[in-house]
Amino acid sequence: MSSLNIPIYLDYSATTPVDERVAAAMAECLTMQGNFGNPASRSHPFGWKAEEAVETARRNVAELIGAVPKEIVWTSGATESDNLAIKGAAEFNQKKGKHIITMKTEHKAVLDTCRQLERDGFEVTYMDPLENGLLDLEAFKKEIREDTTVVSIMHVNNEIGVIQDVAAIGAITREKGIIFHVDAAQSPGKVAIDVDAMNIDLLSLCAHKVYGPKGIGALYVRRKPRIRLEAQIHGGGHERGMRSGTLPTHQIVGMGESFRIAREEMAAENERMRALRDRLWDGVKDMEEIYLNGDLEQRIPGNLNISFNFVEGESLIMSLKDIAVSSGSACTSASLEPSYVLRAIGRNDELAHSSIRFTMGRYSTEEEVDFTITKVREAVEKLRELSPLWDMHKEGIDLDSVEWAHH
Amino acid sequence: MAYSDKVLDHYENPRNVGVLDKDDPNVGTGMVGAPACGDVMRLQIQVSEEGIVEDAKFKTYGCGSAIASSSLVTEMVKGKTLDEVAEIKNATIAEELALPPVKIHCSVLAEDAIAAAIADIKAKREAQSSQKESA
Ligand SMILES: Cc1ncc(COP(=O)(O)O)c(C=O)c1O
Repeated sequence: MSSLNIPIYLDYSATTPVDERVAAAMAECLTMQGNFGNPASRSHPFGWKAEEAVETARRNVAELIGAVPKEIVWTSGATESDNLAIKGAAEFNQKKGKHIITMKTEHKAVLDTCRQLERDGFEVTYMDPLENGLLDLEAFKKEIREDTTVVSIMHVNNEIGVIQDVAAIGAITREKGIIFHVDAAQSPGKVAIDVDAMNIDLLSLCAHKVYGPKGIGALYVRRKPRIRLEAQIHGGGHERGMRSGTLPTHQIVGMGESFRIAREEMAAENERMRALRDRLWDGVKDMEEIYLNGDLEQRIPGNLNISFNFVEGESLIMSLKDIAVSSGSACTSASLEPSYVLRAIGRNDELAHSSIRFTMGRYSTEEEVDFTITKVREAVEKLRELSPLWDMHKEGIDLDSVEWAHH
Repeated sequence: MAYSDKVLDHYENPRNVGVLDKDDPNVGTGMVGAPACGDVMRLQIQVSEEGIVEDAKFKTYGCGSAIASSSLVTEMVKGKTLDEVAEIKNATIAEELALPPVKIHCSVLAEDAIAAAIADIKAKREAQSSQKESA
């Protein structure tokens, strides 16, 4: 009776499979019989037809975020969009000021871009989030200076799924005349975006978290009032000079189709995700010493990030070998650093080392969730049997009072 | 990351998991690592009057390679004299488990655990003999 496909994929925030409808649309833009032309070719129908497909996709992307098509610039993904937005806006406005504000829980695509700008003489303030992961608006207001030109705050956090109140932030930045960039890589199809209502000036998007292909993204660049950017990739002057390079028609068509589907199915899909997420949480929440990371209410439906105290994340993932999830602890790299996002929301090292992110999506089922609940409970129990920290906890020893031999 | 068969075997069927009485004069306990670093090993050895390791138990908080390293060590130390046990080096553990470079620190930690357990039993025995002398 079981129709489980092992391993079960519960890592939709890392990337999603491409929806069959999207794949079919993309497949039509590759071969001699298909729409393979260069959208920039003005002299023949191959180019015209490709351009038409690109513009249809642009409308679909614009529509999901309440923008007009002319405000959409194609890029290779959210990383490039973040780079173009932050570097482009900071550099263009550097005569006005060189101060940028962002948060410690941003994606590396934002944080590392800011680090680079610091090396280039800019000054960056990295805000601490509140314990629920959200930006403290009062503290934020205090950090705004005369020379602040760009504020970059993500919409949905990739690790803990919390949704920032970008409308409230946008109201502040608009009043102060500061450019507001939002990394919305994780938002499409999950949270509504309205760039006008939210006073967003620049918005980074990508397709591969919304059942579109990898390697394609977009940057929304506001036209009224007009936001100007220093281009980061120079060449043939495509995309109104903001991003040169031949447009990949098949990728763009895939992104457009995935955004169209997201718009049409978002409401129903979110309801289904919420039910699955609640089912998973209900199945584990009575376990001892587990902690939900990030606000449960201000959060996208398909995300659960849980710390299982006294169990180390990488070994937990090893125990859950039939389930594809991700661990906050970056132990597979040589760094052995616990999640910086969890550290920033105030989790101690043990909890930051013991977190698992479960993210559900379009193809997740109740059966998969039930299987996951069973496996998680077994694995945590087994690893706690093995854990000297669990023993100490049970003996009533406060682990913070122990002098550990750091090495 | 792919784990070696040896690591998987020890991880799935860990040997000698458990606790010995740390107050027993014949038990040496070594606890090394730190939760903040993502691994803590506790190795305990039960040592006969003649200095032979008769039993060993461990508990480990850490990644699969850390668990496998400590499990393997409990097997390696049994039946050996303390001097022989002190000769066990991290390279031997790493080689036996085919640990990749990023996991070498797990075998280093296991070697540290051995040294700490030996130091503990030796300290206990010295304290005992000096007590006897003064009595
Ligand atoms: C919040 C956020 N920003 C940026 C990125 C980078 O996106 P891409 O891989 O499309 O460059 C991701 C995805 O990894 C993300 O989750």
